[in-house]
Amino acid sequence: MKDPRAPDHSQARGGPLHAGREDRTEGLTQDLAPALAREEAGDPFVLGGETFTSRLLLGTGGVPSLEALEAAVHASGTQLVTVALRRVEASAAGSVMQVLDRAGVRLLPNTAGCHTAREAVRTARLAREAFGTDWVKLEVIGDERTLLPDAVELLDAAEELVAEGFTVLAYTTDDPVLGRRLADAGCAAVMPLGSPIGSGLGIRNPHNVALLREAVDVPVVLDAGIGTASDAALAMELGCDAVLLASAVTRARDPERMALAMRQAVEGGRLARLAGRIPRRWHAEASTSFEGLPAL
Amino acid sequence: MQVTVNGETAELADGATVADLVAHRAPGHDRVAVARNGDVVPRSSWAATALTPGDALEVLAPTAGG
Repeated sequence: MKDPRAPDHSQARGGPLHAGREDRTEGLTQDLAPALAREEAGDPFVLGGETFTSRLLLGTGGVPSLEALEAAVHASGTQLVTVALRRVEASAAGSVMQVLDRAGVRLLPNTAGCHTAREAVRTARLAREAFGTDWVKLEVIGDERTLLPDAVELLDAAEELVAEGFTVLAYTTDDPVLGRRLADAGCAAVMPLGSPIGSGLGIRNPHNVALLREAVDVPVVLDAGIGTASDAALAMELGCDAVLLASAVTRARDPERMALAMRQAVEGGRLARLAGRIPRRWHAEASTSFEGLPAL
Repeated sequence: MQVTVNGETAELADGATVADLVAHRAPGHDRVAVARNGDVVPRSSWAATALTPGDALEVLAPTAGG
């Protein structure tokens, strides 16, 4: 990889991201240099060996209509959409799938509703058969009221599915230690909740999410709890690689508009992360110089 | 013969296969998975897998989900 701080006069660069690049890199710390390098490469999101340009994963649960789903998928710009497996109903043949096939998105089957490692592993195997993909959003629920993950069953299931060749994206708590165990087990991504599924309570423990981001080398996808655009932006500012949300869009009054809001929030949060925010201060720091202040 | 399909008792012709079951229960679906007594039956084995009385079968299809 070329040194991102080295001046490059080989081609004219357009677009605001690249304006004044040489000036911007002046005094950059070593830590920020890789981030800038990624930005300059178009900042692709690599997950399970696949490259995505969108960092917004969309769940389809709770959609009011197929029309709303189609509009939301389009507005969100998502390239990866979660789906579930349920007992077949002849009347519902293919409808949701037709919308998603038309949109050209990649499908990510989940194991929603599973309470044990055994159930989740079996569901993942069935999903692999139905969808022809070995990607799975692993979800093992330990409590009905909160739908919080069962850490023990989750880790067991993750280990077994990785051994069977699955690309496992693990829905987990925001516990950095559990996140590291999942990454060590070979999960392709760790997906901590911000707050309980569908609660819209946002990110209750931003510090834990940031710690988890530091603790693992695989992508971290904030999954669950997003209520509105600022929550999604915060996830990205904390260093998450992507955001997965469903209810915040599908149950919004206007899902299409909220999908667009989420897309822009994820992009804005990502840019802010790469740009490097200013430190928080207890007191003010004047933005206008006092030098040359007239005596009046 | 009597089997259980998606939690309900069902009567199927003797010698019916998983492929017969899918054709009957999931017409028009192109992404279907079948579990027989908890184990997945690969699509490539549907036609060759004869059902036996008392089998517990799950015939699953995609749906919207988080």
